[in-house]
Amino acid sequence: MTAMTNYLRSLMLVELFQGLAVTWRHMLQPKVTLNYPEEKTPKSNRFRGLHALRRYPNGEERCIACKLCEAVCPALAITIDSEQRDDGTRRTTRYDIDLFKCIYCGFCEESCPVDSIVETDFHEYHFENRGENIVNKQQLLALGDRFEASIAAARRQDAAYR
Amino acid sequence: MIDMQALQTLAWTVLKIFIIIIPITLTVAYYTYAERKVIGYMQSRVGPNRVGPWGLLQPFADVFKLLFKEIILPANANRFLFYLAPVLTLGPALAAWAVVPFSDWMILADINASLLYVLALTSMGVYGIIVAGWASNSKYAFLGAMRSAAQIISYEIAMGFALVCVLIAAGDISLKGIVQAQQGGIFDWFWLPLLPMFVVYFISGVAETNRAPFDVAEGESEIVAGFHVEYAGAAFAVFFLAEYANMILISALTALLFAGGWLSPFENVPMLGNTMLATPGIGWFLAKTVFFMFMFLWFRATFPRYRYDQIMRLGWKVLIPLTIVWVVVAALMVLLGWIERGA
Amino acid sequence: MTIIELVFYLFSTVLTLSALAVITVRNSVYAALFLVLAFFSSAAIWMLLEAEFLAITLVLVYVGAVMVLFLFVVMMLDINSERVREGFARYLPVGIIVALIMAGELMFVIWTKGAEKLPLLPGQTDAGSNTAMLGERLYTAYLYPFEIAAVILLVGIVAAIALTHLGRKPQARYQDPSRQVSTRREDRVRIVSMPSVVADQQEEDEA
Repeated sequence: MTAMTNYLRSLMLVELFQGLAVTWRHMLQPKVTLNYPEEKTPKSNRFRGLHALRRYPNGEERCIACKLCEAVCPALAITIDSEQRDDGTRRTTRYDIDLFKCIYCGFCEESCPVDSIVETDFHEYHFENRGENIVNKQQLLALGDRFEASIAAARRQDAAYR
Repeated sequence: MIDMQALQTLAWTVLKIFIIIIPITLTVAYYTYAERKVIGYMQSRVGPNRVGPWGLLQPFADVFKLLFKEIILPANANRFLFYLAPVLTLGPALAAWAVVPFSDWMILADINASLLYVLALTSMGVYGIIVAGWASNSKYAFLGAMRSAAQIISYEIAMGFALVCVLIAAGDISLKGIVQAQQGGIFDWFWLPLLPMFVVYFISGVAETNRAPFDVAEGESEIVAGFHVEYAGAAFAVFFLAEYANMILISALTALLFAGGWLSPFENVPMLGNTMLATPGIGWFLAKTVFFMFMFLWFRATFPRYRYDQIMRLGWKVLIPLTIVWVVVAALMVLLGWIERGA
Repeated sequence: MTIIELVFYLFSTVLTLSALAVITVRNSVYAALFLVLAFFSSAAIWMLLEAEFLAITLVLVYVGAVMVLFLFVVMMLDINSERVREGFARYLPVGIIVALIMAGELMFVIWTKGAEKLPLLPGQTDAGSNTAMLGERLYTAYLYPFEIAAVILLVGIVAAIALTHLGRKPQARYQDPSRQVSTRREDRVRIVSMPSVVADQQEEDEA
């Protein structure tokens, strides 16, 4: 009996028509697409985008060249050179991130004892020439200055859960 | 001595050919747009909407992109056959339109055996695919070509038998005669008495054109893109054009053979009398063709790809026996007078 | 010269040249494709003679089906063209004899029958289709030869399948698509309802 009904079902293409009905229903339903450049989804305050180096409010750079981020980076994207400054503190002379190697895991940010290297929520960037994928210390500091407000706001929101 | 009369006829014919081919090419362009839109809508997306209002200029962007790209000739490929293959696919796809009647007088070549002519030409389209696969000197392309050739030959049999049923019902072998035999309202068209054949014909048509769910010849998840992996730029565009022209052709033929061609579905509704809705015309034919073209897209959005052995099983063990049985049934129906032979 | 004649000479030239190419080109795929061209040109010539049905059937059967299978086989085979040409001298006499016999037979027919113009069949007009008439002749006057030819073809098909079909190997495993497609979810998945309260009880007991 079941063999008979199965045979009839396949002969009448029942399941195919059910499938067609599903796609037909979905064609008439409202669409979920966001028109990207005009419309954007809200981003989490933990969003990991382009990197930045932050400063203290007095303008001093936070990074103390402990190289924890360089050590933890799974993609070996960070390169740091350091020296002792005239006032006796240790600072970086070189802080390069290869954005092609970077996997945006956020480990550098987690490992940083002074909240210097952070990942901003900025993700709309591109490179036009070979070599632009490596961002150096000056560029990272400039990015930090540019996005300080949003970086600080995101850190404040997330502070309770850290 | 070539007489002027003949030359004039020739020029007039060439003009008519252009009148048919240019709209077909444009239809292909907008069919690709419709495909992306319809499938997008069925997947809760919106489809292309960036180039022009509602993305309406998208086909032109695609065409220009393809035309300006480089045509790459693979190493050790057979140069002559490699360039010949796209032409071999496109030629039959367009040539078949010569006998398609758009209405009772709009037809380029009103030959008597037009149905056979269409069948012969669609069966020739497979050469382009085989030659492309072989000339590319690529394993994927060759596999795709072999799959496609086996598939097309298998489904051509089922298609042929389905057409035999139509011939029996119509008592005529020309497309025009077949449409005229379906005179009457929507229930006098052949889709109702020959319902299984209508389904079989359309399924075989989808398989013949290598469209989803029968697109193992392309099978991008297993053999990359099948017979046209090695093609780029304008040569690829020609393959694309041929595939879509074939889809439109199959839709038009389904409309002619099973859905009354240019006849109106409301011919015998007394309320409508002689209004637009009740008179036959090219508009009906186009509307029906567009409906079947939409079915192609609907299928692609709905069904997952068949496995190769399942395709062969469906063709040989399901469709062909079904059609052979229905040839007898159709003959009986005509004998018993269930199908009225028009004209 | 009328246009028709011009077209005829064009097609017949193509036909002759491609037929020659079939036996002279070295690449066997090319040979098969030239054969396709030859079939196609002869179909076009028949079309000029208003034998629409025959011409289209030639294209449909030979070009559309037979030659596709031919190409299929030729492409799959890895033919060594050197080895193929080795036996040329050895097979030449046999080939010439067969060719001469065939040519002789053709000549004989043309000499005895060719002079007289074949009469038109009853009901045949000079213009228009002859498809319906052809069918009528086949199914009335030539019904028995036609049916016998059909039966012979059928026997040929059955024989070919019987020769190549080895049957199922007993130890080999096969997929059965018809069983695969008729599988329902209920055959494979069993939904078990687990009383969650009891589970909680257990946890408490263990604790």
